[in-house]
Amino acid sequence: MLNVFWCILQRDLTLALRRRTDVLTTLFFFVIVVSLFPLGVGSERELLRMLGPGVVWVAALLASMLALERLFAADYDDGTLEQLLLAGQPLSLLVLAKILAHWLLTGLPLVVVAPLMAMQYSLEATAIWVMMAALALGTPVLSLLGAIGAALTLGLRGGGILLSLLILPLYIPVLVYGAGAVSVSVIEIADTQPYFALLGAFLLGGLVLAPPAAAAALRISME
Amino acid sequence: MKINWFKYASPTAFYPVAGRLVPVFGVAALALMLFALYWGFFETPERLGGTNPQKEYYRIIFIHVPAAWMSMWLYLVLAAWSAVGLVFNTRLSFMMANAVAPTGAIFTFLALWTGAFWGRPSWGTYWDWDPRLTSELILFFLYIGFMALHSAIDDNRRADQAAALLAIVGLVMLPIIYWSINCPDPNNCAALHQRSSVTDIESNILTAMLVMTLGFWLYSFAAAFARLRNIILLREQDSAWVRKMVDEAGAGPSSSPPPGAGAADGLDAGGHRASRGVSV
Amino acid sequence: MPAESPSNPLLEVEDLACRRGDRTLFTALSFGLPASTLLHVRGRNGSGKTTLLRALCGLLRPDAGTIRWRGEAITALADDYNREVLYFGHLNGIKADLTGQENLRVAATLDQDPISDAAITDALAQIGLAGFEDLPTRMLSQGQKKRVALARLILSKAPLWILDEPFTALDTDAVALLERRIAGHVAAGGAVVLTTHQEVQLTQGEIQRLTLESAPSQ
Repeated sequence: MLNVFWCILQRDLTLALRRRTDVLTTLFFFVIVVSLFPLGVGSERELLRMLGPGVVWVAALLASMLALERLFAADYDDGTLEQLLLAGQPLSLLVLAKILAHWLLTGLPLVVVAPLMAMQYSLEATAIWVMMAALALGTPVLSLLGAIGAALTLGLRGGGILLSLLILPLYIPVLVYGAGAVSVSVIEIADTQPYFALLGAFLLGGLVLAPPAAAAALRISME
Repeated sequence: MKINWFKYASPTAFYPVAGRLVPVFGVAALALMLFALYWGFFETPERLGGTNPQKEYYRIIFIHVPAAWMSMWLYLVLAAWSAVGLVFNTRLSFMMANAVAPTGAIFTFLALWTGAFWGRPSWGTYWDWDPRLTSELILFFLYIGFMALHSAIDDNRRADQAAALLAIVGLVMLPIIYWSINCPDPNNCAALHQRSSVTDIESNILTAMLVMTLGFWLYSFAAAFARLRNIILLREQDSAWVRKMVDEAGAGPSSSPPPGAGAADGLDAGGHRASRGVSV
Repeated sequence: MPAESPSNPLLEVEDLACRRGDRTLFTALSFGLPASTLLHVRGRNGSGKTTLLRALCGLLRPDAGTIRWRGEAITALADDYNREVLYFGHLNGIKADLTGQENLRVAATLDQDPISDAAITDALAQIGLAGFEDLPTRMLSQGQKKRVALARLILSKAPLWILDEPFTALDTDAVALLERRIAGHVAAGGAVVLTTHQEVQLTQGEIQRLTLESAPSQ
């Protein structure tokens, strides 16, 4: 059963490597959104330090949202999704493999470029580490939750906009504690550990609950 | 007395029942709401609580708080019907969930609107990122999401099931969202134990609020049943009983059949059009 | 496992009804499909052939009726049933950015079929794609893409094949090859449900014909 998981993971990674633009689009979207804020709100360093954590997190939310639309859409269009549903393998497992591939391609790059973004907002080294760790824990939750929305809006006209409407409210807890952890480390008022505990709890909960929900949504959408 | 409840699980059987219930609930709701308004305006003190500085304008409480309570209760109702629909695959449950959603959204909007009017004199601003207000706003988004997803899907069955699944996901997420809004700083969760915005409440203020809540609740039944009847008619427009009803009402003489009825020209008595033939 | 005699069909359909949107496509549809039998489903466009096939492979939940595989409801068998079925729909189900070899490798892994690379190459050669196995399938023509997808039939060990219009976009050579493969599957004791507008012949085994006679919508 595990080899099916690896097979799908490997397949999606191979496909992404052969179409690199999709991955790069998400990444540059993130970079551009984050870079636009100082132009809009002014470049005063103290202000940017206060805004930085929230801006980076909101940009990460939007970037992950943008990429989600394609999570199942390509497989839906060419009929391979149908074959996945009929493979006689636990669909939750296949969905989890797809989500993991999706996170490696769109979530992990955000974690990697986050330090560059943090420097634009003159964050200190500790805050940068906290930001990377928080993104590493939080962005998989975004992919997991988003997969449910992507499955529900599969093949609909204007699915992308609708997807944001459905899923963004559900992202609030990750945003609150993800950005909270970084903010706390910027002003050094309190311990960041409880934030990480909560983000970790969300990740575990998401890993258990989201794949079956997304699988059920896929079956509904494929009827 | 034994009632066969499953009989009413069919839209066809429930349609006339809902029709009889709408005026009953509607009249009762109107009476209770008028009574609560009268009580709230004339039988309650001019201040909210003994030393509370809020004067006359506090009377918006008689709409604001019941609306906020109903908005949360109706989301629970919505999710419950959705779950019943997904588990037992009963079409009427999905239709109920569908019929409740707009009423819930209206109460959520009403709570936000009246909250803004209350906030202006008491806080000096229409909007504040107060946890209570923010949670209500998120609830509004969840209602809108439910309705948007349902209306974006053409196929009724897929729309019903997809929206139902979304409602359940929303229900699971709601406590986490509420909690994250109420306690953004896990090191210091004082906000969780924040005092209610209504303190030392007088008993006749509470009475008026509760009567209004009951009125809103009955109104929700009336509105949901009225909407349910429309949904049933729309969904069943091809079926024999709706066509018969339309004919009998004389609303649609044979020259102008109801929309979609043209597609049903080949119907036999059982409402089935297809035939089959197996030859080996 | 019950004996597979005609009185004990592999696939049984009882009182099946399907609606799409507001249209009733078929009701009270019943048939049994024993081993070594091909069911040829016919009917005009929009009569519900594809819907029936999707219901048979469990993608679509019928509005009424039951479908049984070896005597058990397919809804209860779920994944166990899916492993016994090969479905070939309107979409090829192959990835344009993967090569033919890779596509078939993924399909075989999903079927939990430990198959050698040589066998895959051989299957592609049989279907007339020798020398194309390492090209991304998006470089191939429509007919060649369809052949890649149909190579799954050569590799498949599933006893029930559900094929929706498998002959479209294929040239006469490929049609003949596919017909031989289907006949071979039936002769070996398999069952096939097929929609096509052309006539089907078998050297061995039995052909059932089912015509869906839905009234046109106006």
